[in-house]
Amino acid sequence: MSKQVKQLDRVIIRFAGDSGDGMQLTGDRFTQQSAVFGNDLVTLPNFPAEIRAPQGTLPGVSSFQVHLADHDVLTPGDAPDVLVAMNPAALKANLGDLPRGATIIVDTHDFTARNLSKAGYDANPLDALGDANDPLGEYAVHPVDLTGMTVEAVKQFGLSRKDAARAKNMFALGLLSWMYGRPTDPTVAFLEKRFAKVADIRDANVAAFKAGWNFGETTESFAVSYEIKPAPMAPGTYRNITGNLALAYGLVAAGVRSGLPVFLGSYPITPASDILHELSKHKAFGVTTLQAEDEIAGIGAAIGASFGGALGVTTTSGPGIALKSEAIGLAVMTELPLVVVDVQRGGPSTGLPTKTEQADLLQAMFGRNGEAPVPIVAPQSPGDCFDAALEAARIAVTYRTPVMLLSDGYLANGSEPWRIPEVDDLAVIDPKFAQAPAADDDGTTPTFHPYTRDPETLARPWAPPGVAGLEHRIGGLEKADITGNISYDPANHDFMTRTRQAKVDRIADSLPPLEVDDPSGQARVVVLGWGSTYGPIGAGVRRVRKAGYHVAQVHLRHLNPFPKDLGDILSRYDKVLVPEMNLGQLSLLVRAKYLVDAVGYNQVRGLPLKAAELAEAIGELVAQAEGVEVDLTAATTEPSSQEVK
Amino acid sequence: MSTTSTSTELPFPGLRSGVELVPTTDEPQTGKDFTSDQEVRWCPGCGDYAVLKAVQGFLPDLGLRRENIVFVSGIGCSSRFPYYLDTYGMHSIHGRAPSIATGLATSREDLSVWVVTGDGDALSIGGNHLIHALRRNVNMTILLFNNRIYGLTKGQYSPTSEAGKITKSTPMGSVDHPFNPVSLALGAEGSFVARTIDSDRKHLTSVLSAAAAHRGTSFVEIYQNCPIFNDGAFDAIKDNDTKADAIIPLVHGEPITFGNGSKGLVRDTATGGVKIVEVGTGHGQVDPAALLVHDAHNPDPTTAFAISRLTDSGYLNQSPIGIFRQVERPAYDDLARAQVATAREAAAGDDAERLAALIGGGDTWTVV
Repeated sequence: MSKQVKQLDRVIIRFAGDSGDGMQLTGDRFTQQSAVFGNDLVTLPNFPAEIRAPQGTLPGVSSFQVHLADHDVLTPGDAPDVLVAMNPAALKANLGDLPRGATIIVDTHDFTARNLSKAGYDANPLDALGDANDPLGEYAVHPVDLTGMTVEAVKQFGLSRKDAARAKNMFALGLLSWMYGRPTDPTVAFLEKRFAKVADIRDANVAAFKAGWNFGETTESFAVSYEIKPAPMAPGTYRNITGNLALAYGLVAAGVRSGLPVFLGSYPITPASDILHELSKHKAFGVTTLQAEDEIAGIGAAIGASFGGALGVTTTSGPGIALKSEAIGLAVMTELPLVVVDVQRGGPSTGLPTKTEQADLLQAMFGRNGEAPVPIVAPQSPGDCFDAALEAARIAVTYRTPVMLLSDGYLANGSEPWRIPEVDDLAVIDPKFAQAPAADDDGTTPTFHPYTRDPETLARPWAPPGVAGLEHRIGGLEKADITGNISYDPANHDFMTRTRQAKVDRIADSLPPLEVDDPSGQARVVVLGWGSTYGPIGAGVRRVRKAGYHVAQVHLRHLNPFPKDLGDILSRYDKVLVPEMNLGQLSLLVRAKYLVDAVGYNQVRGLPLKAAELAEAIGELVAQAEGVEVDLTAATTEPSSQEVK
Repeated sequence: MSTTSTSTELPFPGLRSGVELVPTTDEPQTGKDFTSDQEVRWCPGCGDYAVLKAVQGFLPDLGLRRENIVFVSGIGCSSRFPYYLDTYGMHSIHGRAPSIATGLATSREDLSVWVVTGDGDALSIGGNHLIHALRRNVNMTILLFNNRIYGLTKGQYSPTSEAGKITKSTPMGSVDHPFNPVSLALGAEGSFVARTIDSDRKHLTSVLSAAAAHRGTSFVEIYQNCPIFNDGAFDAIKDNDTKADAIIPLVHGEPITFGNGSKGLVRDTATGGVKIVEVGTGHGQVDPAALLVHDAHNPDPTTAFAISRLTDSGYLNQSPIGIFRQVERPAYDDLARAQVATAREAAAGDDAERLAALIGGGDTWTVV
């Protein structure tokens, strides 16, 4: 039977199931297959903080959304076109996000009275399919006994029924792989490697995966499969990468490109722990990882290592930054290089550990006692975490300062195709250690002064122990200019406070001009963003342009100091919109610094901003600025950049 | 998927000195070489002066290159210590010196790392770092200056102050039960635990020598008098009339006896601990040959702990002094460096090549 193949330019698929159903793995494999196939894509894993929330309940639902396309896409998509629901709770929890006409593939096996009741269903919604009162009437529903067929497909391996049923996620992956013409070899190879030590589990997963594919190929339930052609991309070798992995690689690269051993002091915390896990694998690069007794010890050890001449790094999330604040101040005062990674999550307090937010900007900026300026760098996409980590290390080493690297939960776990850079193209970081002083003519060695400064960067000498003649003492007490001795002198404190600020301000001299994306040159509204909102802002901006309106976009990698041209750029536009996943933190900073009437677009839902809603907000501002009616209905999907250029 | 936990045998680097990897010098050194140009700013009569002099006098004995010695401190009167030594030093933040020293010692095997801390710094705000440094057994020496009071904040009770102590923050008397620092260190898996006295330079120096030679975390509690806020706290163990009865000296391999030979320690079979007995041949007295012989190298810390409990928790009329425990256990930093070294040796190619392989790994595809 030859089936119809339909061409699609893009699709958004969400895999949803119980926390133990392996949905993250399923989504990740589907993503890897799509990446290897050459689609552009963006992913959004979404899972509860509980490792195993009560089975079958709404709080236990874990999902993975992937947006794949034959053109470049910027977001994981606002609403899924396809939902794979492994149980009633997964169906119920995700139904509200589906647009009319969406496809639902549902595992009927778990629609038992008990599971329906746990999910809060009075009646089985699948019983009424096609009836006049069908609660799922708006959708194209495919009820399939995924579990039953999986158990049947793997029975030759003699697994317990429970173990056999656990392969159902691979059956679902096989079915979806067939539906979207995904290459299967990478997943077979992956399963063979992952379960290499347990032959029957390995064979069962491979068999379930293939059975899922074959089911799609033969069943009459699915009449159509789809093709999404590879997206045009710049030449190069690509891989799919998550933000946490890219960030860890960036830190390894910073070690290689600076010649410094990387020393990570860290305490496990969601969603930053994967950076600790990853770096602990790379001892061959001279990377040392210390799992400290607490957040403070993590940064303390990193500062100690920096004093010793290593590239000190500490990784955490917002609550950890709060605990590290005093030690960050010590690094400010002692002027030692340090990279402080904050993978932001929903706050305050414990907040939403597994959900994303951008509400630590002001904590990064001001969350210390005294005048304690800290440079801030933020990546804009998962792959960009690599470059941002290198940039943070460059600033830290060059300017002898702690640097805050603000990632977030969405970047950390989300993924995208990443063009693998050439190592030789990466920035070289020069530690420029202080040299042992040469003896004067009379044979005396001049006293080393640890608080002299490089005239260009205002950086002080970095003089790790072990060099005769450079013995010195540093600490948290105010330092006298030049000598570094303890000083309570009023004028000195005023001078040193201003000097530390001036040093951080000097970093702006090393930054390239901002890229202003204003293709028509006629925009009167500029959208200013930072961090992971880059994708949704870009997608929203495209929608507005596709509908025929003008809007400019500027995205900040450096939040402190701001690039020197930011003020001028903002002043060229009538309206400045600042979308953020907080209540207006960047808005506050640019309003204060540039006296611009920045308008916030703010959500703290624990999820990335939605492009369609953001486009509406941009449209409203364009309407105000230009005195026109703005109607975006012409642009209902996320268009590619090609279409608007 | 198997979820059974696994473990691996770690290499034991073998017995070696705490300063074995630190470069030495043949240049003669004196205490003056270790004296910085900074004016010492402790109160007149402070016990810290005596310790500083003893340390400056003792460091030349180590014969290490001065530039390979680092003193790290936290906050408090004693934490000014690094400023007065012409070595490398960091006066850090309250309680965190052990964590900073852990990072420094782990990243630099060629340094002799010392932590100077006090009873508030180490046992109150920094208690967590202290116990974890001891547990890990990082190669460093921790000098805990115990004056049983907060000095720099002007006289509040500390975690070693006796219950009932009247201070600025406890006008009706402290209701806190104090820590016994030696008991705490032993409970935290300390591999070298000692106690000495600021005014006994000879004993102090001998303990410092042993501490520096020990590989792993050496913990030395130094009783130190604060003449301003807690003067006389250690008079009983310092006064010539009383100290023979107040100090229980611990010498490895020697019977534990004090009070000019009139008293000694034996095991207490009733409690499992140790007890003080009269020594002699008379009724109710114990024969000197039956006294407990101090064994600092005993792998089991039980007896050392029992001896530590003979320290008065109230006013100090009695305290064991000396090295309670000195056992070999792999040092964290040696093991951590060994893992890095092993991984580096096993890796082929230079770092740049391997970085290219790392970031270019996984499932890739090429667009031409």
